[in-house]
Amino acid sequence: MQRAEALTAANVNFVGHGGDTINGYQAVVDGDGPYPGVVVIHHLPGWDSPTKEITRTFAANGYNAICPNLYYREGPDVDPDDAAATARANGGVPDDRLVGDVGGAVEALRALPTSNGKVGVIGYCSGGRQAFLCGLTLPIDAVVDCYGAFVSGTAPEGFPLKVTPLIDRTEELRCPLLGLFGLDDQFPSPEQVDELEAALVAHEKTYEFHRYEGAAHAFFSPNRPSFRPESALDGWSRIFAWFTTYLNGSEG
Amino acid sequence: MCSYLTVGTDITGSAKGADGWFSVTSASVYFDHPYHAPFEHTLNIDFTDPTRGPGARVAVELSAESARELIRSIEAALHAAGTAAL
Repeated sequence: MQRAEALTAANVNFVGHGGDTINGYQAVVDGDGPYPGVVVIHHLPGWDSPTKEITRTFAANGYNAICPNLYYREGPDVDPDDAAATARANGGVPDDRLVGDVGGAVEALRALPTSNGKVGVIGYCSGGRQAFLCGLTLPIDAVVDCYGAFVSGTAPEGFPLKVTPLIDRTEELRCPLLGLFGLDDQFPSPEQVDELEAALVAHEKTYEFHRYEGAAHAFFSPNRPSFRPESALDGWSRIFAWFTTYLNGSEG
Repeated sequence: MCSYLTVGTDITGSAKGADGWFSVTSASVYFDHPYHAPFEHTLNIDFTDPTRGPGARVAVELSAESARELIRSIEAALHAAGTAAL
């Protein structure tokens, strides 16, 4: 059947960490369903327009999607970049708050009348690490880590990190993981990606990694000089194949 | 990269934002992805008054080269003013 690509997008409220009401940018498929869901975790610069475009892209391709505003508490009524600056000055989003807010978005997607009950999580940049964290902690069906820094690897000496590596918790991973990385990236470096892959192998996890030559960090971002069209196009095809397998199909 | 590294400092002065002039008490400096500037990484400075909320912010995103040039300009201006500026 020909896909209509019709969607409805708007900011919505839902219950996040600690019972707090936060908001998110929701793009849902116009149709009867059932459709799987995808939570899109934005990068450190915040709940910005390019990430909302990604959210709409999922809806245009048959997924109900929500991008939670992870900086809602820093400023619900200010520009997203101002909220991001405040969040950054405070050291970023605590892991428990992140898990609670993404978990709320997962439940909001499952509660949609058109939901098929399956939800995946994808994150970019700092959101890549956070997506992996959600794969360890939340009842989700698939996860995609796009060049998330500090899942593995140790921070350089003197680096005042507010985040800790997660690799020692790889055994807890509870859903299939797709990882997309640039070989010219420094965080995560190719060695750190290899380290994570070794941990996934050791714990017999279902995963698939793709490494792109000539690509560094943020190669998916069309509004940045780091954009690499060939890598991004292949990456998008890998993402949809992954979600088709684990959110649309019988796997998982 | 996401450097996550933010260097904060207390400052005294004023800045003009979307709602006009206000006193600024803090500056956050970091080299990371910009929100708006067309570069992969920029030297970003947020001049803020945290007590007035996230909207009390004047932000700049500068290329690394222009940030270093700005440092030299500031030093040169202060030097030219002599001890009166100290």
